[in-house]
Amino acid sequence: MARIVAGIGSSHVPAIGAALDNGKTEEPYWKRIFSGFEKSQAWMRETKPDVAIIVYNDHASAFSVEMIPTFALGCAAEFPPADEGWGPRPVPVVQGHPALASHIAQSVILDEFDLTICNKMEVDHGMTVPMNLLFGKVEKHGHWPCPVIPLAVNVVMYPPPTGHRCYMLGRAIRKAVESYPDDLKVVIFGTGGLSHQISGPRAGLINSKWDKNFLDNLSSNPQKLVKIPHLDYMREAGAEGIEMVMWLIMRGALDDKVDEVYRFYTVPASNTAVGHIILANRERGSGRKSAAKVAARSKRSPARLKRAAARTKVERIRG
Amino acid sequence: MAREQHDYDDIPGTFVFDAERSRQGYGINMFCMSLMKDDNRRAFKANEAEYLKKFKLTPEQTEAILKRDYNRMLELGGNIYFTAKLGATDGHSFQHLAALMTGSTQQDYAAMMLGGGRSVEGNRSRSGKNAASKFLGAGGRGKSAAGKRQAKSKAKPKSKTKSAKRK
Repeated sequence: MARIVAGIGSSHVPAIGAALDNGKTEEPYWKRIFSGFEKSQAWMRETKPDVAIIVYNDHASAFSVEMIPTFALGCAAEFPPADEGWGPRPVPVVQGHPALASHIAQSVILDEFDLTICNKMEVDHGMTVPMNLLFGKVEKHGHWPCPVIPLAVNVVMYPPPTGHRCYMLGRAIRKAVESYPDDLKVVIFGTGGLSHQISGPRAGLINSKWDKNFLDNLSSNPQKLVKIPHLDYMREAGAEGIEMVMWLIMRGALDDKVDEVYRFYTVPASNTAVGHIILANRERGSGRKSAAKVAARSKRSPARLKRAAARTKVERIRG
Repeated sequence: MAREQHDYDDIPGTFVFDAERSRQGYGINMFCMSLMKDDNRRAFKANEAEYLKKFKLTPEQTEAILKRDYNRMLELGGNIYFTAKLGATDGHSFQHLAALMTGSTQQDYAAMMLGGGRSVEGNRSRSGKNAASKFLGAGGRGKSAAGKRQAKSKAKPKSKTKSAKRK
């Protein structure tokens, strides 16, 4: 069966994509941000997922104000990068996984989540920036390392889905993935945030205390986050900070107890607090010894053992 | 036709793009969407008032667009991800727009962001509801977690200095 092995939270600041596309990654301002993802990229190369489900939001690129779906699942074979007004980002077309995507759609709709199905969809920086941060830079004519199933969430028009609804959708996605017959290693991304407001006279708001608390609870006590009302997100983390609810879909798709593999937080990237976390499911039914067991079976056991050891001592880099 | 009042209208300096504004600002946002195409950008720049006639806009909305009054556009139903396309058409960076909306210079705004951004303290409420969210801090992880958080917030200025130095 297919299985979700880990969840990744990552901001999707457009300026990060622009810095990458314009060769600014070595400038100190941007290096501070990109260097925070170096270990994540190594982790991703090691994990080698077969599929990534990426929860993200569109920013007036593929979806306008003509239609505003709350949850839209990409079931197409490929997703071209959207032209956000200045030509599409120079990244490869994203390959989909239509078979797993339609299996998920069928499963979660029968679980009472009324998804919109997109058989044709372009994807903007909301999805491709986190892909770059985790997969590294990929030339336009190259290939992303794995197929992707995009799940677009409306967080642009109020009200977005509640945190609780997002978390429960994550649960339903996990159930769907686990009922898929092929052996697939799946990772799920929650993107956006962390605190930021980019509109109106209060623009520039950042609340690091809130962000750190959110990351702490995401790791060990997600049930607490599920209860946060929209008003509190907007007051504390900014009008646009409300996109943090998307991280709860990722968290809902993981087991209750997870290992925090890595965390990174820095302020600012342009107008936004950048947050990043990697949470790994433990091997089922074997508790803490799981990582060693996995390592014993793997050819790359030293690296895996190292990773297992790292779980007891969570790395935190703060910019 | 007064706007329906909501709990989030209490947040200062914020125009929440809700379903009502989405309906009201449809013309503004569709105009901004049209600026994704180069031909349209040129046509708009050649004769702004004439170009705007193609969209269903109220006189107030038209005036806000022509005057580049970004806060007014938001108040009248524009959404920031859309109005940013107008700013880009004028050749402005997003930070330029952000500074404009906050009434500061771009230099001051950029310095504020590098210094850790605008503090939430004193910026939560128009009506004095300035206590931190109950979802921040209390409960859940108990006393030790609260202590840890305090220690972290003390460490904050230090990390800022570090990032400033690296910058």
